[in-house]
Amino acid sequence: MGLLSISSLTKKFGGLVALKQFDLTVEKGEILGIIGPNGSGKTTFFNVLTGMFRADEGTVLLDGTSDNLLDRKTHEIIGMGVARTFQNQRPFSNLSVLQNIMVGGHCRGRSGIFSALLRLPGAGRERRRLEKRAMEVMTIFGDRLISMKDRSAWTLSYANRRRLEIARALASDPKLLLLDEPTAGMNPAESLQLLDNIRHINSTGVTVLVIEHDMNFMKQLCGRLVALDYGEKIVEGSYDTVRNHSRVIEAYLGKD
Amino acid sequence: MFWQQFTNWISLGAMYAMLAIGYTMVYGIIKLINFAHGEIFMCGAFFTWWFMSVFHIPLPVAALLGIMMATGLGIAVERIAYRPLRNAPRFAVVISVLGVSIFLQNMARIIWGAEFQVFEVDFGIPPLILGTVIIPFKKIFIFGTSVICMASLAVFVKKTYLGKAMRATAADWEAAEMMGINVNMVIVLTFAIGSAMAAVAGILFAVNYNSIDPYMGFNAGMKAFAAAVLGGIGNIYGAMLGGLFLGVVEGVGSAYISSMYRDAFAFGLLILALIFRPKGLLGEGKTGE
Amino acid sequence: MNKTRLDDLSGGSQATSGDNFLQQGVMAALAGRLARFSGIGKIALLCVFLMLPLMIQSNYAMRVIIYICLYIVLAMGLNVVMGFTGLLNIGHAAFYATGAYTTAILMKQFGMSFWLTVPAGMTLGVVLGVAIGLPTLRLRDDYLAMVTLGFGQIVYIVANNWMGLTRGPRGIADIPSPFLGWGDWAIPIDSYTAFYYLIFSFVLFTIFACIRVRDSRVGLAWTAIREDEDVAAVMGVNLVLYKTMSFAFSAALGALAGSFFAVFQHFVSPNSFTILESVIIITIPIIGGLGSIPGTIVGAVIMIGLPEIFRAASEYRMVVVGAFMVLMMIFKPEGLFGKKQFQQMYKA
Repeated sequence: MGLLSISSLTKKFGGLVALKQFDLTVEKGEILGIIGPNGSGKTTFFNVLTGMFRADEGTVLLDGTSDNLLDRKTHEIIGMGVARTFQNQRPFSNLSVLQNIMVGGHCRGRSGIFSALLRLPGAGRERRRLEKRAMEVMTIFGDRLISMKDRSAWTLSYANRRRLEIARALASDPKLLLLDEPTAGMNPAESLQLLDNIRHINSTGVTVLVIEHDMNFMKQLCGRLVALDYGEKIVEGSYDTVRNHSRVIEAYLGKD
Repeated sequence: MFWQQFTNWISLGAMYAMLAIGYTMVYGIIKLINFAHGEIFMCGAFFTWWFMSVFHIPLPVAALLGIMMATGLGIAVERIAYRPLRNAPRFAVVISVLGVSIFLQNMARIIWGAEFQVFEVDFGIPPLILGTVIIPFKKIFIFGTSVICMASLAVFVKKTYLGKAMRATAADWEAAEMMGINVNMVIVLTFAIGSAMAAVAGILFAVNYNSIDPYMGFNAGMKAFAAAVLGGIGNIYGAMLGGLFLGVVEGVGSAYISSMYRDAFAFGLLILALIFRPKGLLGEGKTGE
Repeated sequence: MNKTRLDDLSGGSQATSGDNFLQQGVMAALAGRLARFSGIGKIALLCVFLMLPLMIQSNYAMRVIIYICLYIVLAMGLNVVMGFTGLLNIGHAAFYATGAYTTAILMKQFGMSFWLTVPAGMTLGVVLGVAIGLPTLRLRDDYLAMVTLGFGQIVYIVANNWMGLTRGPRGIADIPSPFLGWGDWAIPIDSYTAFYYLIFSFVLFTIFACIRVRDSRVGLAWTAIREDEDVAAVMGVNLVLYKTMSFAFSAALGALAGSFFAVFQHFVSPNSFTILESVIIITIPIIGGLGSIPGTIVGAVIMIGLPEIFRAASEYRMVVVGAFMVLMMIFKPEGLFGKKQFQQMYKA
């Protein structure tokens, strides 16, 4: 029993089947890569996992519980330990870097409107704790985010927005981190750095699922890969197995 | 008695339908509600009244002039409040158009006064008598005019090049532009047609109630919007159906429940429609979600 | 706005320089400075406001100042929904009316103390806020605007027609003055000076409430919803709960202002709660800069104070307001005190 066991996950958009009877087990502590051509259902998979789309069928069990993740509401899922980043960068543009990350810690807080109005000590303690956690998370990226913690998110560079999204997701103390094309918009040096960052995150006990097109990056990062095409799993296994599988080559390059 | 009232409801519904078409058309193209639509409706009626009472021009000519001026006003609204904000956030556009609506309403109040103005039209044609039901000619006139206007619009949208361009732009703005459709022109045309229909509705409204006031656009506009949502916004036939339906609901509500709350029925229906059936009766596209 | 966005894009993977902050404009900088006023500065400012009735002798001027304060409370309430959470509400006068009628009816018919009618009005406001917030949460901004407009109109129609409760268009007159203290020691609040202190305490309460909630976990969740509600949901923000909470909080402040209005005027009628009233309230935070607390205060001074000064042109007030809304959105959508913002464009 892994951290995440997915069975017969299906998602349809009208007549289009974006995910078809998808089965997958993610082991605790691994870094699993997901590859596939554009439109093969990778991002849809993340969207279904995080409750942004409703799945048509299937079960997703997290960490050995018998509680189907797909029955949960969108906002409950992060609290269960699944956090994500977005392919088309979506930081909260007009919030500062620190505030962005603190939103990530929202699910780990409890204080409501009355404790805020009355300024109860519990609310203050909680706020300081979330702030401390946000600062901690930022240190993963060295000085990159900390030096900009009070800047509005929209003033950041592409690479820093990617880092910000990862930090925001981590602030929720996830068991499973979903990264959707984390290197898009980064230069080679920055990608390399990110590789170390993700390994570091993984070493702290966070299981990572990553979507990426850069095969070289995936080769270095992932212990295991899954290839998707037309919403179906073609193959899963080590980098070499997947890379040399005939249907993967076919999916990327077409039949000859 | 019922059928007597029914003719009232239907002619009222036809006017709402005319007004609802304007909302639906503009929404179809620019995906935003035209908050100033009710004011165009009011201005159409006032311009006509103004030509009739000040210059003593007969109704058909005055109505034509009034419709033309209201159409011009509608185009001006697009120029001033929408076009400069085409790349702005939706929030800003909503506020800006709301501003136009406030401006027009109060300008009308300053120019024409806040009181009711009498809009007396005598057709000199005897009412139609069907058994016990007496239908005054003006009801027939209102219903007939609405049907003619709506039918010609339907033909225009379905058959002509411009109508097709409009539908294409509504379906996909960017693709339409790439296919060589002048999107700006289509938008102006949409506002023009919508405004003209609103002006006709305004005049019919004035004929029906024999009075006009600067605030008439607000209530009528809200109700027509409710009709457009009810029918499925973006869908012209839906707007027609929604308008008729609303006219009947309002009539039934004020006849059998309470006439004091007649305006509240429409708003209540709007809220219910948005909650339970946001895609409308004939809705196809997504709406408020 | 366009330029800075383009600069950012062309920056590629390089960090863009921070000079956007220097371009923020004098007014925004001033507002920032005002907000960071030292403790002594704040106390000095408070003293000035507390001594205001001693310095101003004219009843008329006091009346205008009281109105400005009243609208500060109203606009701050609306600012919670529009500025913090990013939901358009064009029916705020409905909550205002709720507070006013609750106080009027409870004091007049049931002889209740003003101080009990205030929480009663606020509670009723919260109930209405939840009632309108809950079903309309899924709606996008222009739809929400339309629905809240309709809701405001329904409240107006009810106030106008429910003769048994509100006496309809005749309104409720002779609402008694509130008293401070008990028994023989009760001091009536019936002079302009006393009303000024009453509303001033409401303003202070509102400012503190808004600042505290804004800086809390709840406020952060609200701004996250404003920025991108889908992402906020994925980040664990319960959209239904927080949007409703925002409406409820805003409604409570609106009702608070209404309660004051009822005792200050000694009279309430539906005419004080028309759509135009809602529109005036909306323009205040827009002028000041949505989401900005000092901006909202200055906005109220401009919107309520200026028309009083140019009284001769008061007939043109709403015309100017309308034109102003359009021009503001075209040329300075972030308001006088707002931060220059990155805004998502609407794709037609």
